Amino acid sequence: MLDKHGFLEKNGLILSIGILITVAIGGVIEIAPLFYLESTIEEVEGVRPYSPLELAGRNIYVREGCYTCHSQQVRPLRDEVERYGHYSLAAESMYDHPFQWGSKRTGPDLARLGGKYSDEWHREHMIDPRKLVPESIMPPYKFLAETQLDYSQVENWLKANRAVGVPYTDKMVENATSDLRAQLDPFSEDYDAFIARYPKAQIRDFDGDPRMISEMDALIAYLQMLGTLVDFETYKAEENYR
Amino acid sequence: MRNLQAKTPGMGADATIIGGFLALGAIYALFIAARAVDPLMGFHAYVFLSAFIAGMFALIVRATNPAPVDESGYQTAVVKAGVFASMFWGVVGFLVGVVIAFQLAFPDLLYFDDLAWTNFGRLRPLHTSAVIFAFGGNVLIATSFYVVQRTCRARLAGGLAPWFVFWGYQLFIVIAATGYLAGVTQSREYAEPEWYADLWLTIVWVVYLLVFLGTIWKRKEAHIYVANWFYLSFIITIAMLHIVNNLAVPVSIAGSKSYSLFAGVQDALTQWWYGHNAVGFFLTTGFLAIMYYFIPKRAQRPVYSYRLSIVHFWSLIFIYIWAGPHHLHYTALPEWAQTLGMTFSIMLWMPSWGGMINGLMTLSGAWDKLRTDPVLRMMVVSVAFYGMSTFEGPLMSVRAVNALSHYTDWTIGHVHSGALGWVGYISFGALYCLVPWLWKRKQLYSNALVEWHFWISTIGIVLYITSMWVAGVTQGLEWREYNEFGFLNWSFVETVAHLHPYYIIRALGGSLFLIGSLIMAYNLWRTARGDIRATEKQPATAHAVPAE
Repeated sequence: MLDKHGFLEKNGLILSIGILITVAIGGVIEIAPLFYLESTIEEVEGVRPYSPLELAGRNIYVREGCYTCHSQQVRPLRDEVERYGHYSLAAESMYDHPFQWGSKRTGPDLARLGGKYSDEWHREHMIDPRKLVPESIMPPYKFLAETQLDYSQVENWLKANRAVGVPYTDKMVENATSDLRAQLDPFSEDYDAFIARYPKAQIRDFDGDPRMISEMDALIAYLQMLGTLVDFETYKAEENYR
Repeated sequence: MRNLQAKTPGMGADATIIGGFLALGAIYALFIAARAVDPLMGFHAYVFLSAFIAGMFALIVRATNPAPVDESGYQTAVVKAGVFASMFWGVVGFLVGVVIAFQLAFPDLLYFDDLAWTNFGRLRPLHTSAVIFAFGGNVLIATSFYVVQRTCRARLAGGLAPWFVFWGYQLFIVIAATGYLAGVTQSREYAEPEWYADLWLTIVWVVYLLVFLGTIWKRKEAHIYVANWFYLSFIITIAMLHIVNNLAVPVSIAGSKSYSLFAGVQDALTQWWYGHNAVGFFLTTGFLAIMYYFIPKRAQRPVYSYRLSIVHFWSLIFIYIWAGPHHLHYTALPEWAQTLGMTFSIMLWMPSWGGMINGLMTLSGAWDKLRTDPVLRMMVVSVAFYGMSTFEGPLMSVRAVNALSHYTDWTIGHVHSGALGWVGYISFGALYCLVPWLWKRKQLYSNALVEWHFWISTIGIVLYITSMWVAGVTQGLEWREYNEFGFLNWSFVETVAHLHPYYIIRALGGSLFLIGSLIMAYNLWRTARGDIRATEKQPATAHAVPAE
């Protein structure tokens, strides 16, 4: 058979096509089934699209490269479940464009960060990490508290997410700007409509500075909801064995 | 060989097409700049605009002042430019790596409250992209342009198209790098540039493929040489990976932000299918092509086995593509996919070592040259590092091992044994060969400086990888350590504190590697100028320039 290889060595185009077919096979077999095998993503209750403020926070998380040091994926290993909480489900990142599972834990996993620390702790920690955790090697993010959040594109953020499959409704898109503001104000008129659209969303002024909507507000809103949507009291793992 | 260089002034068809394309691009960039919805898009539109205008200006200058005729009939000027760009981006990439290594060791030393762009999260993609795509990519483009001409005995196809590839690729690097610092990122590892930079790279890459294939089509050799199979599979596969992994919907056609087409688990596997094969086809297949040309050439021996080359080539490219899921062990990725990824990763050991054996055994009958030729030694040590890291990789892909190693610095150590040892050294070897060949010098400025480079860098690599092994295994074990009462023994941050000494050692190792590259840059610069160190003049026959 090796003697026949000379044919490929004399035909650049056929060699190229042969290469393309050879390298396409593995990816097709591994990736394509994930889109149609129903067992890929568990059936759970509670996972919803990100609220506009959470999505803004997520954009900042992506922009600052938080994924370079923090994973968002708790593995089903004894020590990880004890340290971080319930192992991560595929369903929990089904609206994550792109995924933020990460590949390195220079800092701890953040998949179940929501509700573990107070807003104030997060604010102080991001302004000066070593003030609260002396051994930390995290860089400071003081500028987030001082930078106004630019949410002029918030409707387009939701529309782009809808285009790639996140089930944002027309109402969600229409009200994106007011929903973003409503999440920062427990006394807002839009409270009920907002919480109906985004169940379990937390509503308060996250950075403790009511004078402006800062990037810190958005980022803390995102961090405080991480891993909180699925109610693991009622989740039955055995029904999703794959 | 026939002289194909255009001698008459004026615009050829190639210049007209490229000029027209640049003009259209400039108009479009101006349109986007005027309508940009975020300042970063506005900034990048102006960068594109300036680059396109500079390109058109260069075309006009060239049309009125024809380039001097290259007597060899080969297009060597673009290869020379590639050598320069490789060395420049290499030093930049290594420097950024050293900076972020020191940031991890001494967080207060290099962190600034209000300068977002100095933070690790923004500098880390700059480092990885600078070394992989700016340094590695330029080495691959430059060497492939050199090798395909010599092994086909044909001038590069497409007239000025190779120059478009070269400058278009530099523009991509500038857009990517400035974007990272400013916070433009898709957060896809090794594919961080946003959608418009990805589209630009796609155009450049397709032209690159056409230039390469076009040169193969005009060849005067019956057979396509083995190095070109590897270059070809590198170019084709990277195109496939790049396009699929970067599928995304922009928020606005005049905005820098996009959202990826896939989400969650499907997105994760697509990304690591890409990520692992950026290693497989950019950092392995491409550099194996360098091995298959430069080692036989330097050792003046034929490739050890033609049959092994064939088996090595097809099994390597077939198996590599499956290995991605080993980055996702114990995650929410279905177990069948993890198991497939692990199985193929272990199988990958065989073709990898087949390639290593083919490279090393090429030295048969020429082993004595390792004593006298530090350039050849660098390339042989490179292949040895390749063998080591392709042994370590399959080991780490085993699920039980991965449970310990994943998320720790062991992975960082593994990557750097491949990146510094294999990719770095084979590239350095190729550049040390190319500069005397391209500038027609009898020898390097100084072999002694190559020795210094080799030993300083090697000590640096050893410090780097051993410190990261110890750091990774230590932290992995501490994360899972229980005390006598059944509680976790260490808080997370305690395990971070324990890494401090290893992070210092790593930063020192990286610094040595950087120093080595600076020595190299100096040596190559003096060589290109035609200098020879006074004490090192050799008899005229020592290093023959390869036959045309």
